[in-house]
Amino acid sequence: MPETLKNGLELRDVRVRLDGRELLAVDLTIAPGEIVTLMGPSGSGKSSLLGHICGTLPDTFDVTGEVVLNGTPLVGLTPQERHVGILFQDDLLFPHLSVGGNLAFALPSHIKGRENRRARVEAALSSAEMDGFYDRDPATLSGGQRARVALMRVLLSEPCALLLDEPFSKLDSGLRSQIRSFVFDLCRKNSLPTLMVTHDPEDGEAAGGRVIKID
Amino acid sequence: MLRFAPILTIVLMIGPVSAGLIGTVLPAFGILPALGGTTPSLDPWQALFAQPGLGASIRLSFVNGLIATAISVAIVMLFCAAWQGTRIFRAMQRVLSPILSVPHATAAFGLAFLIAPSGWIVRLVAQFAGWDRPPDIAIIHDPWGMALIAGLVAKEIPFLFLMTLSALPQADTDRTAQVTATLGYGKTAGWFKATLPRVYPQIRLPVLAVLAYSTSVVDVAIILAPTTPAPLAVRILGWLSDPDLGLRFMASSAAVLQLLIVIAAMVVWIAGERIIGALGHHWAEDGHRFRKDSAVRGASALLALVAAGAVVLGLVVLLVWSVAGFWAFPDLLPRGFSLRLWARELDAIGSSLTTTLLIGIPAVLVAVTLVLGCLENEVRTGKAAGRRAMLLIYLPLLVPQISFMFGLQVFFTLLGLERTLLSVVLGHLVFVAPYVFLSLSEPFRALDPRYGQTALCLGASPARTFWLVRLPLLTRAVLTAAAVGLAVTVGQYLPTLLIGAGRFATVTTEAVALASGGDRRMIGIYGLLQMVLPFVGFALALLLPAVLFRNRRGMGAQNKG
Amino acid sequence: MRSRMRTFVSALALATGIAATSLSTPAFADPAPDVGNWQSVLDQARGQTVYWHAWGGEPRINDYIAWAGEQVRERYGVEVVQVKLTDTADAVTRVLSEKTAGVDDGGAVDMIWINGENFAAMKRNDLLFGPWAEQTPNFAYVDVEGKPTVVNDFTVPTDGLEAPWGMAQVSFYYDTAKLDEVPKSAQELLEWLVKHPGRFTYPQPPNYMGSTFLKQILTELVEDPSVLQQPADETDAQATLAPLWGYLEDLQPLLWRDGQAYPQNGASMRTLLADNEVDIAFSFSSGEVSSAIEAFELPDTVRSYVFENGTLGNTNFVAIPYNASAKAGAVVLADFLMSPEAQLRKQDPQYWGADTVLAMDKLPKDMQEAFANLDLGIASLAPSERGTVLPEPHPSWMSLVETEWQKRYGVVQ
Repeated sequence: MPETLKNGLELRDVRVRLDGRELLAVDLTIAPGEIVTLMGPSGSGKSSLLGHICGTLPDTFDVTGEVVLNGTPLVGLTPQERHVGILFQDDLLFPHLSVGGNLAFALPSHIKGRENRRARVEAALSSAEMDGFYDRDPATLSGGQRARVALMRVLLSEPCALLLDEPFSKLDSGLRSQIRSFVFDLCRKNSLPTLMVTHDPEDGEAAGGRVIKID
Repeated sequence: MLRFAPILTIVLMIGPVSAGLIGTVLPAFGILPALGGTTPSLDPWQALFAQPGLGASIRLSFVNGLIATAISVAIVMLFCAAWQGTRIFRAMQRVLSPILSVPHATAAFGLAFLIAPSGWIVRLVAQFAGWDRPPDIAIIHDPWGMALIAGLVAKEIPFLFLMTLSALPQADTDRTAQVTATLGYGKTAGWFKATLPRVYPQIRLPVLAVLAYSTSVVDVAIILAPTTPAPLAVRILGWLSDPDLGLRFMASSAAVLQLLIVIAAMVVWIAGERIIGALGHHWAEDGHRFRKDSAVRGASALLALVAAGAVVLGLVVLLVWSVAGFWAFPDLLPRGFSLRLWARELDAIGSSLTTTLLIGIPAVLVAVTLVLGCLENEVRTGKAAGRRAMLLIYLPLLVPQISFMFGLQVFFTLLGLERTLLSVVLGHLVFVAPYVFLSLSEPFRALDPRYGQTALCLGASPARTFWLVRLPLLTRAVLTAAAVGLAVTVGQYLPTLLIGAGRFATVTTEAVALASGGDRRMIGIYGLLQMVLPFVGFALALLLPAVLFRNRRGMGAQNKG
Repeated sequence: MRSRMRTFVSALALATGIAATSLSTPAFADPAPDVGNWQSVLDQARGQTVYWHAWGGEPRINDYIAWAGEQVRERYGVEVVQVKLTDTADAVTRVLSEKTAGVDDGGAVDMIWINGENFAAMKRNDLLFGPWAEQTPNFAYVDVEGKPTVVNDFTVPTDGLEAPWGMAQVSFYYDTAKLDEVPKSAQELLEWLVKHPGRFTYPQPPNYMGSTFLKQILTELVEDPSVLQQPADETDAQATLAPLWGYLEDLQPLLWRDGQAYPQNGASMRTLLADNEVDIAFSFSSGEVSSAIEAFELPDTVRSYVFENGTLGNTNFVAIPYNASAKAGAVVLADFLMSPEAQLRKQDPQYWGADTVLAMDKLPKDMQEAFANLDLGIASLAPSERGTVLPEPHPSWMSLVETEWQKRYGVVQ
């Protein structure tokens, strides 16, 4: 995406309704590299909002408003066309693929050639301080390693925005701050508008961006 | 194109059943031109109701079918409640596949030999009691039909167990068990009060299929059920085989009556569900803990063991018969052994195994493809609404075979498709697809949708997501469903015989023909041969994922189904 | 990925289509062979495949059929495939379904091993091809005079619609190691059962063997046996049948399982004897009993015998449906089955042990000797031991007896 066109993720009066009841309403713009935190109790429609943005929300939910990413409205686009990455609570690394396989899966098809692709994956592993992990079984990794691989996987898919659905809640508290800084640093470095949903106030503080509370 | 998968599947299920039903309903009201029946009339029905013992036959089918199903469900639920998560449970899971490979008739033969007055158990007693003649009591073909119930229960328990196993993961049983235990409930009571209501709706369809089978079974009934009179389905088969061709009309009306019996049984069952559900609510809230449930747990283990043991022991006994010389009462073992019969049969087995696979493999492949297509379509369109329509897929399981197979034969003959491999495969598909769907739908729908969402958001197309993410994650479930499908197709008799017009000699058609010769040796040999293919299927379903994913520990947990 | 999927599906569809068309049997018209001109029949038969629908419950019979198939392939170029049936009626049903669907040519059934009620039903409903049987060369050897049932199937004239294949006669058998004395008439049977209650039974009518037992008793007890050769007249029939019901009233409570359960066919009855549940059983062929001993189903001390005043005998046949695809081939096969060579092998208990339909005096000398020198097997009855062969009643009597039996004893209250 050419630099000049980047203007971030816009949520224009997006309202999430379920069975007629309005769960949440947001209207905000996230600049590239900015991390916005959405805080609220469970069931408040936060995950549904994320699902709506990346295009995987079932149509039992009724959502109005526009979502625009870098000037392109996302309505009508399939999830795979949206270039919106998402990280869940669980790392959801594909158990049947190796660590390298997981990362290679995310690599866009315009990067051609086996060696070329492998090199990219290895580079990503290096940057996460996980050299030599290409052929490892994801199940043998520690929680922190898995979280890092999950993030690298999303970043390798060259997203234009990043959604985080309580990504740190399953990590040990000792690990959390380490992974947090890892994630947020990369978001800023890649100039990704990031929307994080969480109920842990510390996440919001560490992100350092706007914190929006939903009741 | 995937859109058409559900419609195609439903058409392939409903089409043959409807065609077959029409071919049965018309003669039931007097219309069968080949026999001179051109005007509608109620004569067949009058003839039917004039048959002696019709009420007893109906009662046998209806009541015994309900009882057999109820007992099977009760034992499976009790066993799961009492032993889930323990080593015994896992052990039972492993014994499951081989038992599922045993054809119903083979299990019935084995059981018959075990419990008959001249059978193995009595021989054991006779050794000590010094009898040289078997007692003249009706254990097999007993007037109350208890041997029939036993034979049905023995084979239904493993099937219902398999279905329950695939439903358990979604009911979050481990955590629920923890909660009920900490609340002071005994293991069994806790399961019944908290987990059963969540698990039962998932297995309702298999239970109804079992009910339909029990109330209309033919082969097991011939071996174990009373003969004076026999259950309705057996009598229908007799009427359809009678040289007096005029009986075909009455036989058709009886086949319609059989269908009504099945429907009535289902209505009663569902009413029973409601009643038990209402009672259960009161019971769940009354606070009784049933902490001391070791007796119940022991009983459930014993019952499950007896059921599994009956099948396994019956098989062992048939194995001994297959190599036996003359084996008299009260000898516990044959006087001599001979491999002569095995040698002769193994020579001929090549061609029947090939024919079985020639029909079975396409049927299973098409079924799995269709079912995966339907399920994937569900995921892609995001609609759960289609699920109601999916129930139509189970129609062939709920309509008794005898009520539509003969009509189906005429239908295929009309189309000129009789005797073709295509029509036989289609005929098998009608029964294979519902079982594959039953077996595969829970694991498929239970797969964490976030895997798919992650893949899509990583930029993969839906097709890529299916082939590279969803399908590999479901490897064991798909292979198990295929193994179930293979077991179903190998065991089919009427479709192969009728639609294939005798051109296709499969292991099962040979086995049934030889069973009419009464020789337990041949029955033993062919019963075991019938098991070979399904057993291989289940073994592959267990081994292949273990091999394919030997370096992937995470796949073990994923492939619980 | 999408285009690969499409190619795969199209390939699959194409393969299925090819498979379907190549594996489907073309339903071409099979002109009726001119049996008078035997050479033309042989010419027409060459290259045909005959689907012979025959009961497949006895492996030795299946082996015999396979042998016959090999012979016919070598000599006449006719392929024979046995379709193993559980019940002859399955084949009748098939032909009937085809007639219903209007398939008057290129049918699935080329030949059926058949007799009795099944034959009568097919004849009555015009489901058979023919006449052809009496014009085949080997029919000349058939013992029409000495064995009238070869042209009268349960008193229904065959009219050349079926060719005789084997003789059957009711004989009883028992284990000599367990019994010394055996009953040799209906009355003796009843007296024997009083002393040994529960040690005898018969297959449940309308099974063929069970009905035969009832007919056997009826033939012995009825005042004037010739009445049974005529179609049953409803009004007088009850009077004729009365002795049978009187007899059964005494017999039924003495039966195995008190008459509450019955074996379902002759083979099950044999199993009961082997299991020592009953002491006496019966079959249509003493040679079958010898075969059973060979196959380890019965101990080698079992022997056969007949009733003093004779037992029922009949013939079984092969017939050709009206819409068979390989009529000429079937005719050639049927002719071979009636040949002295095939009949000799059939009577040999090493291979089967069923009795021949041929007349010894019509055969060439060497064949006569071969038959005379045949070792009939330990439990088989030599021709001299057969006693009188009683003729089968008209099928209408059987229907009446079966229906009435089912009303009285088919449902135990």
